[in-house]
Amino acid sequence: MAIDAAIAMNRFGLGAKAQQYVPAKPRQWLLDQLGRFDARPAVIAALPRLPQLAREFYEYQIKSREVRTLRNSETADAAASLEMMDLQRKGMRRDLRDDYTQAVAARFDAALVSETDFAERLVHFWSNHFAISVDKQPVIPFAGNYEFDAIRPNILGKFSDLLFASITHPAMLLYLDQAQSVGPGSMVAKRVRKNRNRKIGLNENLAREILELHTLGVRTGYDQSDVTELARALTGLTVPGIGGGRLLERLLGADITPGETLFVEQLHEPGARQIMGRTYAAGGKAQAYAVLSDLAVHPATARHIAAKLAQHFVSDVPPDVLVKRLEENFLKTGGDLASLYQTLVESPEAWPTSWDTGQAKFKSPWEWMVSSLRMVGLESRPDTGPTRAERAAAMFVQLGQPIWRPGSPAGYADQADTWAGGAALMRRVELASEMGRRSAGRLDARQLAPQALPGVLSDNTVEGIARAESPAQGLSLLLVSPEFLRR
Amino acid sequence: MIARRSFIAAGLTGLAASALHPGIAWASAGTVKRFVFIIQRGAADGLATVAPTGDPDYLRARGALAEDALSGTKLDSLFTLHPELAQTAALFGQKKASFVHAMSSGCRERSHFDAQNMLESGASRPYGSSDGWLNRLLTLLPEGEARALAVAPALPLALRGPAPASSYAQSRMRGANDDLMRRVSMIYAEDAQLSGLWEDAQSTAEMAGMQDGLMRGGQAVGTMAAGLMTGAEGARVLMLETNGWDTHSNQRGRLGAPLRQADALIAALKDGLGAEWRNTLVLVATEFGRTVAFNGTGGTDHGTASAAILLGGNLQHGGTVQSDWPGLAPSMLFESRDLRPTVRFESVVSGAIAHHFQIDPILARKTMFPDFVL
Repeated sequence: MAIDAAIAMNRFGLGAKAQQYVPAKPRQWLLDQLGRFDARPAVIAALPRLPQLAREFYEYQIKSREVRTLRNSETADAAASLEMMDLQRKGMRRDLRDDYTQAVAARFDAALVSETDFAERLVHFWSNHFAISVDKQPVIPFAGNYEFDAIRPNILGKFSDLLFASITHPAMLLYLDQAQSVGPGSMVAKRVRKNRNRKIGLNENLAREILELHTLGVRTGYDQSDVTELARALTGLTVPGIGGGRLLERLLGADITPGETLFVEQLHEPGARQIMGRTYAAGGKAQAYAVLSDLAVHPATARHIAAKLAQHFVSDVPPDVLVKRLEENFLKTGGDLASLYQTLVESPEAWPTSWDTGQAKFKSPWEWMVSSLRMVGLESRPDTGPTRAERAAAMFVQLGQPIWRPGSPAGYADQADTWAGGAALMRRVELASEMGRRSAGRLDARQLAPQALPGVLSDNTVEGIARAESPAQGLSLLLVSPEFLRR
Repeated sequence: MIARRSFIAAGLTGLAASALHPGIAWASAGTVKRFVFIIQRGAADGLATVAPTGDPDYLRARGALAEDALSGTKLDSLFTLHPELAQTAALFGQKKASFVHAMSSGCRERSHFDAQNMLESGASRPYGSSDGWLNRLLTLLPEGEARALAVAPALPLALRGPAPASSYAQSRMRGANDDLMRRVSMIYAEDAQLSGLWEDAQSTAEMAGMQDGLMRGGQAVGTMAAGLMTGAEGARVLMLETNGWDTHSNQRGRLGAPLRQADALIAALKDGLGAEWRNTLVLVATEFGRTVAFNGTGGTDHGTASAAILLGGNLQHGGTVQSDWPGLAPSMLFESRDLRPTVRFESVVSGAIAHHFQIDPILARKTMFPDFVL
């Protein structure tokens, strides 16, 4: 059926590109993409790697400390050098911010040109499932690297690998405070208590979100003691040199590379753990891994992941039979993700026969913007900031979905209610107007529309586009048409 | 000994009143009432905002980290307001602000998302309702006065429901021209969802036309909010969102900014409303509180009961802290870690709203919180 091609390109993919051929075998076209997916395309490979990003942040912290010391000192010398030092500090802060905007632009560019956009969509899905947020300062330089290093290479393997990679990346450890969490009975805590009479200890933030958001899902039977026990099991996992005190640097001496995830035995809470009715023997790093391995294949996790995937690809309230089928596949394969995607693509529930409100998903700002620019081409990118990368980042702020800044570890919601608002719609119309203006003379919306949305356009939309006062206005109308706002 | 029982049950005055006028919804005559709900997303620490400095267990539990609280404004023998809330403290002195402490919704789990869902829906369990209590409030207001607006890109759950409500967020972009707007209306004509949204978007953009400039900081948000509520066509019910409250680490450093912003927002809202302030009620509330003790990283983890702020020109209990204080002795804590809730959000809200809009308190409660039983 003609509508199947529109579904493959828009619902599973990121939207048709101008001149793209319409896939004849939509399901096969999607599954083939998984084999061709490039986890490290050139735009991403060109970015600074983790050690460099960490060094930049590390040096920024040192500079900030120096500035603080000078500020508190009252000598004339201090005042003279303060100004210079503060300028340097601000320059370094700008560089860190640039690392973020460059990464946003790379993510955007990768999505715009991708020929394996079903896989690309899966990257975005998982990055949002294991959400981090740059409203916490130390996360800013690492956010892009998190998606590029922890998520991208792991979307086709086992769920457990994706889980390990995500939660042990410095961005996650810093975002959910794990980097500072210390076992209250650990060697370090005991020593600090004795020498300095200061209390350091547990932070349960990451542990709670692993159970609630990353694996089992909320209200699935875990309780406060499971959260606390998991927090204890995770102690030891930290990011030396970033964020927290210099305690660890003193403890580990010169042997550390700042910004690299490390398991530090001296921070780990000794002893066995009881989590979800199971006992985990003492054993340092292996203990946390044993717990996470069990959580990754737990039936509640299978149900949670199945429901989220179905909600993302099929419907705000996905059919039970689909969720059940995905859940069974997850359990049968021990969380094999490629097999899960295949089950999804082959499920009839994912291929509705119409494109109306009840059947189609309302695009998020990211989805809408990416599909718009895939269709109209990069030249039509609207202008909202001084540099190309900043423009990309600023645009998503305006649309209400800043990249890697959902503001909460739950990530962005995957439901129409979150995005289908009056103000949000007005913003899209404004941007569409701008994109229309910029494409003036290059594109004909009357031809583009049936290529991008084969078999789904209503007469009303076709007519509205045909009657537009100019080619630019016709394109703007296509971009905000009911069919293009949905997938 | 501290006076621990200063709480007056919100339902009591209501019961007496409704006995005299059974079942009557008292539509207010003449004056135009306004209500603002400011949600603090992320679990604001009520124990830091409205600090129980008169409770010896507070200082014992928080130690040196409680010292900040002591430099704030003393509200009564038990509570001290955080020093960053100076303008709110001044309103308290004029009986234009009051606080409710040890309050919570029915949520006893510590998930932000579940708890915000319940705080907004007013249901007795997470995802128990797809409508919000603020939307249900609209059905109680006089016809023609039930105009509601959220300053947010899309409608928050509290305002979702059958009664019409819109969302508004400022734009930095060049506007689309009128002709395009008209044509967009045409292509949405047959789409039930989009045609409604589009109509809202256009009328709100028109109304806010005079409110230029980007939202920056609490003061700008407060001024803009006041602007959206004034004039004959202004919103009568408004919802604002604030965040930055999830202080898992370095709470002393992190909590100052969001409190300062909230304080500036409140002051600017009051100034912007001018004479209408006396017809306005403002509620500031969060999904749950935070642990009594600090965690190992100078912050607090997810807790249970917290504090709410009520402000306005015509408060029922202005200049008081309403609390049946449970105390912070270890044996009194909820699950050995949190401030124990002694009053429900639902009764505080319905009591305050009933008083403000002069509607039957029982009707108010049953309409806004149908699941809630006293």
